[in-house]
Amino acid sequence: MIGSNTTVSVRSLTRRFGAFVAVDDISFEIHAGEIWGFLGPNGSGKSTTIRMLCGVLQPTSGTACVLGYDVAKDPEAVKLRIGYMSQGATLWDDLTVDEHLRFYAGLFDMHGARAGKSIAEWTERVGLEERRNQLAGLLPGGYRKRLALACTLLHEPQMLFLDEPTSGVDPISRREFWDIIVGLAESGTTIMVTTHYLDEAEHCSNLALMYAGKLIAQGSPQALKALPQAGVTLEIDSPVNPAILSALDGLPFVRSASLYGSALHVTVDRAQDAERLRAALASKGYDAGSLPVIVPALEDVFAAIVEAA
Amino acid sequence: MNFRRVWTIATKEYTQLLRDRRTLLSTMLLPLVQVVLYGYLSNDIKHEPTIVWDLSRTAESRRFTQALSNTQYFDVRYSASSMGDVVAHIDAGKTLAGIVIPPDYASLLHQGKSPQVMVAVDASDATAARTALSVAQSVGTSLSHGMQIKALRLAGLPVSQQGVDVRARAWYNPGLRQEVFIVPGVLALILQFTMTFLSMSTIVRERELGTLEQLIVSPIQSGELILGKIIPLMTVGFINVTMILLLAVFWFGVPVTGSVLLLYFAVFVFFFTTLGLGTFVSTIAKTYIQAIQLIQFFLLPSMLLSGFIFPVAAMPKVLQWFSYLVPLTYFLTIVRGIIIKGVGLDYLWPQLLLLMLFGFAVFTTAALRFQKRIA
Repeated sequence: MIGSNTTVSVRSLTRRFGAFVAVDDISFEIHAGEIWGFLGPNGSGKSTTIRMLCGVLQPTSGTACVLGYDVAKDPEAVKLRIGYMSQGATLWDDLTVDEHLRFYAGLFDMHGARAGKSIAEWTERVGLEERRNQLAGLLPGGYRKRLALACTLLHEPQMLFLDEPTSGVDPISRREFWDIIVGLAESGTTIMVTTHYLDEAEHCSNLALMYAGKLIAQGSPQALKALPQAGVTLEIDSPVNPAILSALDGLPFVRSASLYGSALHVTVDRAQDAERLRAALASKGYDAGSLPVIVPALEDVFAAIVEAA
Repeated sequence: MNFRRVWTIATKEYTQLLRDRRTLLSTMLLPLVQVVLYGYLSNDIKHEPTIVWDLSRTAESRRFTQALSNTQYFDVRYSASSMGDVVAHIDAGKTLAGIVIPPDYASLLHQGKSPQVMVAVDASDATAARTALSVAQSVGTSLSHGMQIKALRLAGLPVSQQGVDVRARAWYNPGLRQEVFIVPGVLALILQFTMTFLSMSTIVRERELGTLEQLIVSPIQSGELILGKIIPLMTVGFINVTMILLLAVFWFGVPVTGSVLLLYFAVFVFFFTTLGLGTFVSTIAKTYIQAIQLIQFFLLPSMLLSGFIFPVAAMPKVLQWFSYLVPLTYFLTIVRGIIIKGVGLDYLWPQLLLLMLFGFAVFTTAALRFQKRIA
């Protein structure tokens, strides 16, 4: 049963390429106005999933509905209502900003005044008015992404798929880009975004982690950090002798340890392990200090979840 | 099929074509350069440099040499003083032919015997050698013929004018000019090359760029995409054909004796084969380089089998069957038929019909494969 505010509903979706299972029996739902972050290493099946949701690739089994249309049975209805920005913001270097926008307007059957109005609006919203007649090939990286985004938004899609929209973009452009995305979500557009930047993942209302074709975790960033697989991260905050790292090796309850500036983050299985850690270090002549529990970075959480999977 | 979307794609393609000056220039100029090159390089066997070793040094031997020169095929430029001289000139490529007239040439003639004249030809180029030999042979025959008549008259015998009188007429190309044959062929060949190449690269490049992926996710249908891409290429093709025809008429003096309208219609029909082939290759190749290598596999045999260089009728039977599988063969027949012979649909309809069938088959296969590849 699809709720009225469910934009995407995926049930047991599977896609095989020969013997290789690219997407392995995944299920999830995305609600209207959500920014849904899709994380996972390269080759884990994210792009294949997105291609199926866009109606480009037929699922091997399972179902996926986008905006109420079954992507396998009615891909054209889906294509008309979604926006898709592929990896690397593919543009034609020998066309100008304006020519790109006119082209995309035409693809979505927008002509004349309606196209002109939408093009003017989006050129302004993504900050490209000054560069309307510039060739895309001469645009700096950040502006290329903005143009690609504007092209996918002209026809006012209710659902937007962004595949690594900010890869290779400087931090300031990234922030501006995310301001646009957040603004879109606030005005009701549903967004599915893949990224490798975990600071960006914090913008998402929901996250899903894909690994080797399977969804191995999903939930809000806060919920994921509290998952038992994530363990408990303790901080040893004193000028650390790097030799401590080797002392931690071989302790069965320590999952991982990494340096953060002058501090050391140690992930252990449970909160009770703090005392065992202190004792183990003391026996080797090190003072562990107060060992505060810290909120782990998403990066550590994902490393831990992937390891546990 | 939404024609406004087709037009959207076509507009983009036109813009890109006009903006890419280098490709545009080479697409427009290369055909012209090729026509000019082929037009002039066509190997007419005329005024071939020739060396003569005249051991007879008589009025009779000079008459023989003069007769050879008169044919316009031999240009007696060198006079040898030894056999070594003759060999050296031919070895060095300075002359195509060497002629040796024996010392007893005149005396044998007067005795009523047949002197032997040696004509040696550099047969590295078999066509040139064959022509030179047959011309030399006919010079000898006609000289002998003249002498026999003269001898009969002197003897007071009646000279019969009976005998076979061959009246040779070179139809369609009375001047036997090579360019009349070559230029229409070059038109067909260039059209095949340019159209196949452009249609292949326009799709492969989009795939390499990743923009094809972006287009597939839009509501555009693959048929609309292909049509939008080939309409601008057809424009380029028609411009090419027009330029080549203008060059043929005003530069080489090769007039179009048949219907220009029919010629353009045949060009249009041929587009479907060439553009279809390019599209088909683009669905197999992953990269531009791969596509170029693949396309050679189609283009080279089709050029050799089509009758562009070697007449189909002169090919071994098995190769003839293959040549009937090459659409260029039919297109060549049509183009030569219209331009040189001035014949119309009443004679060319079978070729045109076959060309249509080929176009339909190749283009449909390509479009279906394209659709499958992107879906």
